[in-house]
Amino acid sequence: MTKNYHTLKHEVWLPYKYSVGPVFHRFFEGLKQEKILGNKCPECKKVYVPARTFCPLCYVDMGDWKELAQEGEIISWVIANEAFFGMPVDTPFVGALIRLDGTNCNFLHIVGGIDLKDENTVKTKIRHGARVKAVWRDERRGHMTDILHFKPL
Amino acid sequence: MGRPVAIIGSGQTKHGRRTEITYPDLVREAVQAALENTNITMKDIDGIVYGSMPSMMEGVAMTHFYFADALRAVGMPMMKTETCGTTGMSLAHTGYYWIASGMADVVMVVGSEKMYEGDSQATMSTVMEPYYLRYFLAGAPGIFSMQAQEYMSKYNIPEEKVRDAAARISVDHHKDAFDNPYAHIKVDLSMDDVKNSRIITYPIRLWDVCPNSDGACAVIMASGKKAKKMSKRPAWIKGLGFCGDEYWYGDSDKISWECATEAVKQAYDMAGIKNPRKELDVAEVYNPFTFVELLHYECFGFCGPGEACDLALKGVFSRSGELPCDPSGGTLCTNPIGATALIRVAEAAMQVSGNAGAHQIPGAKLAFAHGLGGLSEFNGIMIMGSEL
Repeated sequence: MTKNYHTLKHEVWLPYKYSVGPVFHRFFEGLKQEKILGNKCPECKKVYVPARTFCPLCYVDMGDWKELAQEGEIISWVIANEAFFGMPVDTPFVGALIRLDGTNCNFLHIVGGIDLKDENTVKTKIRHGARVKAVWRDERRGHMTDILHFKPL
Repeated sequence: MGRPVAIIGSGQTKHGRRTEITYPDLVREAVQAALENTNITMKDIDGIVYGSMPSMMEGVAMTHFYFADALRAVGMPMMKTETCGTTGMSLAHTGYYWIASGMADVVMVVGSEKMYEGDSQATMSTVMEPYYLRYFLAGAPGIFSMQAQEYMSKYNIPEEKVRDAAARISVDHHKDAFDNPYAHIKVDLSMDDVKNSRIITYPIRLWDVCPNSDGACAVIMASGKKAKKMSKRPAWIKGLGFCGDEYWYGDSDKISWECATEAVKQAYDMAGIKNPRKELDVAEVYNPFTFVELLHYECFGFCGPGEACDLALKGVFSRSGELPCDPSGGTLCTNPIGATALIRVAEAAMQVSGNAGAHQIPGAKLAFAHGLGGLSEFNGIMIMGSEL
């Protein structure tokens, strides 16, 4: 491992166009209208967000659609200090698992509108069980980032 | 139950930053080492199993084709298995099933990764779909930081205690790695070095995180009859288990972690293990982050829920403890991902065969190997013993 040979530089760049299908289409249309949509499994009665085509456990088509509460509580949180590929927001940011009221799974998003100076400052606002509420972007395009962040209440 | 299967030997590359050779040459290094270690030739081998992380890591698709010559797979049956971080464990399972079924007698199982050539964290991000999860999970550190925070709050354990236990794990493993000739990161750290290191994704700091590594591992498996002929001290596969959770990260409970508890239950049932802490002599837990190793102790029944920190701080899982975990330094010190879980298998087999050298746990007869993958949604186990 002492000798260095040169390296061959190369890039692979591939564009994709993903089908969203009827369920994500409706979910993303909901985001444009400042609505978070979930749906309920007719068998196990779990309410999932984002809405989905079928229940991952019961494997049946999902049933009733629901406009969900835009508030919930923090289940877990992290402070992301390092930028990773594909992330649309600058670091540092707080990523969190949020249990929206009336749902049975955790929704992944960011918590914002707080001072991110250091971890102790963040902890004054953010902890397990803290209540948060969705804040929307002015310009919405039918994308997960239409929710700007969740802010502590 | 199929036929008995044993591991008769293995080969590892020197893991680290291997910019001096090409990727196929790196794979060849492990294959040659395994053939030398077992003193067999390709004439003895009936098939090859190979796997790595997703092809974005290498930027060359179909890596088993790219490496066919280096794997000596020309003119030979070959299978590829790929389950993200769990790949190495799935490879070992694939080899096991091939021989246990009676369709092959001797199989070479190979896993590899050359992580310094591409963008490993970007590759990892592509494991998440672009509709929802990819945006905010902050790579692998984000996944396991989230789990660490939830662990503290679920059991109401003071953050300082969890932080101390994780630091102890980091200090121990980075020191253990000095005795492992293949390990990548070997360093003497103090508890304060770990606790004051740079935050990557809070609460995870630099010394809580595994490295990128270039490396490969090859394991030779054989049927009972062949193993007795080819090896003086085969490592007999006593049990295995594999389980997955739902795809979306928020759908499953990451602390009760059903895919971990179910996978280990399958393996313990097959191996007839009732009290793992007492019965196992050594465990190679897949520990890409310090905090997740603590949670694994609990999910694998090495201790009760919420007890891992106290026991880790007492040294129960250290080299001289009741159940030594990762005497090789583990994933925390060496992580060529496609090979990493197979290294756990190779290390566990070396322990029960008495071939682990300076990091041998004296008298080890029953060893545990583990792989973790997906966004924490896969867990796989293999248990090996010195007796059939």
